[in-house]
Amino acid sequence: MVVKDIIDILEGEVICEGNLDAEIKTACGSDMMSDVLAFVKDQSVLLTGLVNPQVVRTAEMMDMACIVFVRGKMPDQGIIDLAEQRDITLIKTRYRMFTACGKLYEGGLSGGTAV
Amino acid sequence: MSNIHLHYEVSGEDFTRAGEASGSVKKRLKALGYNTDAIRRVAIAMYEAEINMVIHAEGGFVDVDIFPDHVEVLLSDKGPGIPDVEKAMQEGFSTAPDNVRNLGFGAGMGLPNIKKYTDDMRIETEIGKGTDLYLTVKVKEA
Ligand SMILES: Nc1ncnc2c1ncn2[C@@H]1O[C@H](COP(=O)(O)OP(=O)(O)OP(=O)(O)O)[C@@H](O)[C@H]1O
Ligand SMILES: [Mg+2]
Repeated sequence: MVVKDIIDILEGEVICEGNLDAEIKTACGSDMMSDVLAFVKDQSVLLTGLVNPQVVRTAEMMDMACIVFVRGKMPDQGIIDLAEQRDITLIKTRYRMFTACGKLYEGGLSGGTAV
Repeated sequence: MSNIHLHYEVSGEDFTRAGEASGSVKKRLKALGYNTDAIRRVAIAMYEAEINMVIHAEGGFVDVDIFPDHVEVLLSDKGPGIPDVEKAMQEGFSTAPDNVRNLGFGAGMGLPNIKKYTDDMRIETEIGKGTDLYLTVKVKEA
């Protein structure tokens, strides 16, 4: 799966465009950033209901190519600028966390290895 | 080859800027050609510690020394100190108030994550004086 497919599956709106052809192998959904930072997975996407700059910084440290904001949440310009500088794609979807994760799972993404 | 030394001041006032230092170190290591896994471990450990400095202390400074085979980081703050380090190291232990939780932190995973991603971690802390956190990450060949 690539970032473009995620946009399609989640009927998402692109808020900041990074590399839309970047490959995505796993996904992670959480509002607690240290939970996200606990497990390094290669080429993953972060789904979150949290909207602040630390979401982008967390993705940066993890080398994530894409962040999905669920429930139609809209990041402010400061967050968008931060993502733009780091070449991270920001997507907004109207789906809630559970549904968004379910749709991506159905589409073939996994959560990576279990703990 | 002599090591590269980097120094950062971390503001305790500005939560949105927390992580600037970690991001900058990550960029520098990338430019120097260090391997991805090592860079990510340094970045994540340092980021967790930088966030802790901002949410639990009142900011401080970071010293980074980059050697060919390892990276050393010292994060020093003049915050309240950690009363029980053993307890603080446990997964899920957090004293973070609700407003910090609403910012996405306070899961009590930061220090355990730091331990996991570093090869060595040492905490020197004194109540009312502050906390010094020493981290070492070894670097394998690129
Ligand atoms: N620099 C510090 N100064 C004072 N207390 C600290 C410092 N760093 C950590 N602590 C204490 O140790 C506890 C555990 O820290 P840890 O980073 O593991 O979790 P957290 O910061 O509360 O949540 P998370 O890291 O998951 O967002 C903190 O809640 C806090 O009480
Ligand atoms: Mg923490």
